[in-house]
Amino acid sequence: MNKPIRNLGIACLVMFLALLVNINYVQFVEADSLNAKNGNKRVINEEFSRDRGSILVDGKPIAESVKSKDEYKYQRKYPEGGLYAPITGYFSYVFGRSGLENSENRVLSGSDDRLFVNRVVDLLSNKQPKGGSVEVTIDPLAQKTAADGLEALGKGTKGAVAAINPKTGAILAMVSQPSYNPNSLASHDFAKVQKTWQRLTTDDDQPMLNRTTQQTLPPGSTFKLVTAAAALENGVVDDIDDKVKAGARLSFGGGITYTLPNENGGNCGGDRITFEQALNVSCNVAFGALALKVGQKDLAAQAAKFGFGTDPLSGLPMNPSRFTSADTTLEQPQLAQSGIGQYEVAATPLQMAMVAGAIANDGNVMKPYIVDTVRAPNLRVLDKTQPQRHSEAVSPTTARKLREMMVSTVKVGTATSAQIPGIEVGAKTGTAQSTADRPPYAWFVSYAKDGDDEVAVAVLVESSNTARSEIAGGRLAGPIAKSVMEAVLGK
Amino acid sequence: MTTPVWVPRKRRGAEFFLTVLAVFIGIAAYASVGLGVEGTIPADTYKLGGALIVVAIATHLVVRRVAPYADPVLLPLVIALNGLGLAMIYRIDLGYQQVNPDWKALANGQLMWTGFGIVAFALVLIVVRDHRRLQTLTYTFGFAAIVLLILPLLPGIGRNIRGARIWIGLGPFSFQPGEAAKICLAIFFAGYLVVKRDALALAGRRVAGIDLPRGRDLGPILAGWLLSMGILIFQRDLGSSLLFFGLFVVLLYIATERPGWLVVGGVLFAAGAYLSYLAFGHVQVRVNAWLDPFSDPDRNYQVINGLFGLAHGGILGQGLGQGSPNLTPFGFSDFIAASLGEELGLTGLMAVLLIYGLIVERGLRIALTCRDAFGKLLAAGLALSIAIQVFVVVGGVTRLIPLTGLTTPFLAQGGSSIVMNWAIIGLLLRISDQTRRPAPEISAFESDEPTQVVKLS
Repeated sequence: MNKPIRNLGIACLVMFLALLVNINYVQFVEADSLNAKNGNKRVINEEFSRDRGSILVDGKPIAESVKSKDEYKYQRKYPEGGLYAPITGYFSYVFGRSGLENSENRVLSGSDDRLFVNRVVDLLSNKQPKGGSVEVTIDPLAQKTAADGLEALGKGTKGAVAAINPKTGAILAMVSQPSYNPNSLASHDFAKVQKTWQRLTTDDDQPMLNRTTQQTLPPGSTFKLVTAAAALENGVVDDIDDKVKAGARLSFGGGITYTLPNENGGNCGGDRITFEQALNVSCNVAFGALALKVGQKDLAAQAAKFGFGTDPLSGLPMNPSRFTSADTTLEQPQLAQSGIGQYEVAATPLQMAMVAGAIANDGNVMKPYIVDTVRAPNLRVLDKTQPQRHSEAVSPTTARKLREMMVSTVKVGTATSAQIPGIEVGAKTGTAQSTADRPPYAWFVSYAKDGDDEVAVAVLVESSNTARSEIAGGRLAGPIAKSVMEAVLGK
Repeated sequence: MTTPVWVPRKRRGAEFFLTVLAVFIGIAAYASVGLGVEGTIPADTYKLGGALIVVAIATHLVVRRVAPYADPVLLPLVIALNGLGLAMIYRIDLGYQQVNPDWKALANGQLMWTGFGIVAFALVLIVVRDHRRLQTLTYTFGFAAIVLLILPLLPGIGRNIRGARIWIGLGPFSFQPGEAAKICLAIFFAGYLVVKRDALALAGRRVAGIDLPRGRDLGPILAGWLLSMGILIFQRDLGSSLLFFGLFVVLLYIATERPGWLVVGGVLFAAGAYLSYLAFGHVQVRVNAWLDPFSDPDRNYQVINGLFGLAHGGILGQGLGQGSPNLTPFGFSDFIAASLGEELGLTGLMAVLLIYGLIVERGLRIALTCRDAFGKLLAAGLALSIAIQVFVVVGGVTRLIPLTGLTTPFLAQGGSSIVMNWAIIGLLLRISDQTRRPAPEISAFESDEPTQVVKLS
């Protein structure tokens, strides 16, 4: 009977080897992917027990961890409440992370590879591992000014402000209204967090939507900057003094009864006006006609050069803006409407700020970024974002012509509300129609230069309590853009 | 002049040294649990440690007295496991008490049952002076096993806990008769097969190179299969049915030395497993939880959290008292392997598995060196029962095989399990003592003496 017993011994050996190999697989090979699984409370608990790094604006925390007396050791706090929520996002036990809390999690939680040495030192000295900090590019005064501007429009205002530095792409303001208080989601009172979450996610006003990067809406007349750029780049118009088609309505011929009117049905100031005048008065007929002359292909290509169809922003979720879907062939009226930022054209405020910024920056679109520096717990700089060019939208000559037209629009056109004495300000207004049953969107995109200091701002007022007849980009959104530019330039 | 006879060394000194080491592991684990959870070494560490040392030394003295030639390694291995298990259960008690002050500590009960287990161990050694006597009680044990298995099905005393009807309750006590049936069955199988082995081995047909047993000899194996399937069906106890069936088939193979039995057994097992998969929802749930636990995170919560715990432990573990084994339901019993893996890491869990491997190896070695067929079969059966339990439960928890309920010997919380597994170690030591004991000296000098002259007056 000894042979079978020996065989049994081998069988037992195989069984135990299988167990040993298997636990090696689970605890070593598969461990990382298991730790990264959704709903892994152990990892969440561990994160909550760590001294998570801060998110800083100008050295001051907009997200920080403070000691907590309950079982999680630390409580995440957002000192500025909802003002920076579109940037920081939330850090919730129950609902995970969003915003920079999510994209910079490895640094903030201290698990980034660049913090490996710190972790080893902490381990050897028996200290709790600490997270690194993230400094963002936001100008706190601009951020505050933008938020105050939207708030001044009254309760129930929905809107967004995006400001960038045209030369670098650094985001200087990112305000979305209505916002939410991330403190309420970071709370350790999970029942309350559940309730808040329920309220926030079912709110029709979508307070957790970052309207500067995620909300794509028809940009209306502000898109005429793109059409103008395409017209100049493609030689349809050579100079800003060239005469272009104008009038009261644009008709298409070929049996099409639809005609494209101007806003409020007026005349643009004659049947033929200068290109500059056309932008000053935001003449739909002129830009509709130009779009037809440029053609769908070149207009789409120009939009793409400005960044439409891409998501160049790193760190925060951004929905690409669009000119039209790739395989669509536009009918003439549709193409004309697209030329004035209607039909299927949709853009985020950040995208429109990039358009203004590119024009201010001699035609170069800079890659927008929000994270300026990443630091280890001992403040050693791990990473500093270097500005990168995203694309060249137009030639420097075209950019200069467009600037002249925008400056003139501020001086004598629809954008006079953005005038800042002694400083070069260029702007374009937009009042975009959507459906008949809701008020139009008020847009304002602008840039300002004061010597070497530059800023580009896009303001979107999606809805407010303003009477419908009063809604116009210049009137509603212009003053906000102006105050943000002043804040950045220190005026 | 005496004939040179090989006398195995008793090695009781080595056993003593290893026992001290094993007790130290338990006490150190207990102290680190206190350090990890509450930041201080538990105040009663010295008292408890002292008591453990006294008990361990007493146990060692019993072995020294009644089984001086017994294997010296088994007892320390078991003490180490038992101590680790106690520390882990205590740790999980503390974890639950932090959230719920009313949590009824399980470690105290386990400590008490460990005491009973050690008493059972000593009693087996003292009462059973020669394991061969058990063979005369073959059918008594067989009958007892069946009675024990049926008990939980009886109305009144049978209890349905967590979907399995494998418990009986008497007042405040509950007991799992299957644990005792395990030993009775091993004795019955060994006794029965020793008698029938020739009949089972010699008759048969050769089909496709495999020795198939005769049709009528299939009777007992079919009975074994039906018994295990019956348990599966009526008590929803997948693990025990697997254990009993495996035990029977392998002992049959050892007794007859015919691998054909393994083939027949394997086919029957596969058929039974497949049919039960088709027939029973709870089997399908288990198989699904094995193949793709994340497809149904709510239902497979326990398996998933066991895996999370293992992953969280990683290579070196979180440290005793510093992981979150409380997040895994029943991390103190069915899933104690995951709890150990979380806090002691891959390294600690591998060490625990190696201890089990050593226990099984010592058991099989006893079977190999045992001189009588009954003892061989019994020792092999007992060693195998430990191997199967560890494989099934640890393999289930770590998703090597589908999860079936069985206790992790000596580690998991549970009175019947700990007492009966201690009794198994008692039996193994008894057989081992018999095996290694030198044969009674047929005194050589007697023959050297001159032939006595008997006067016939």
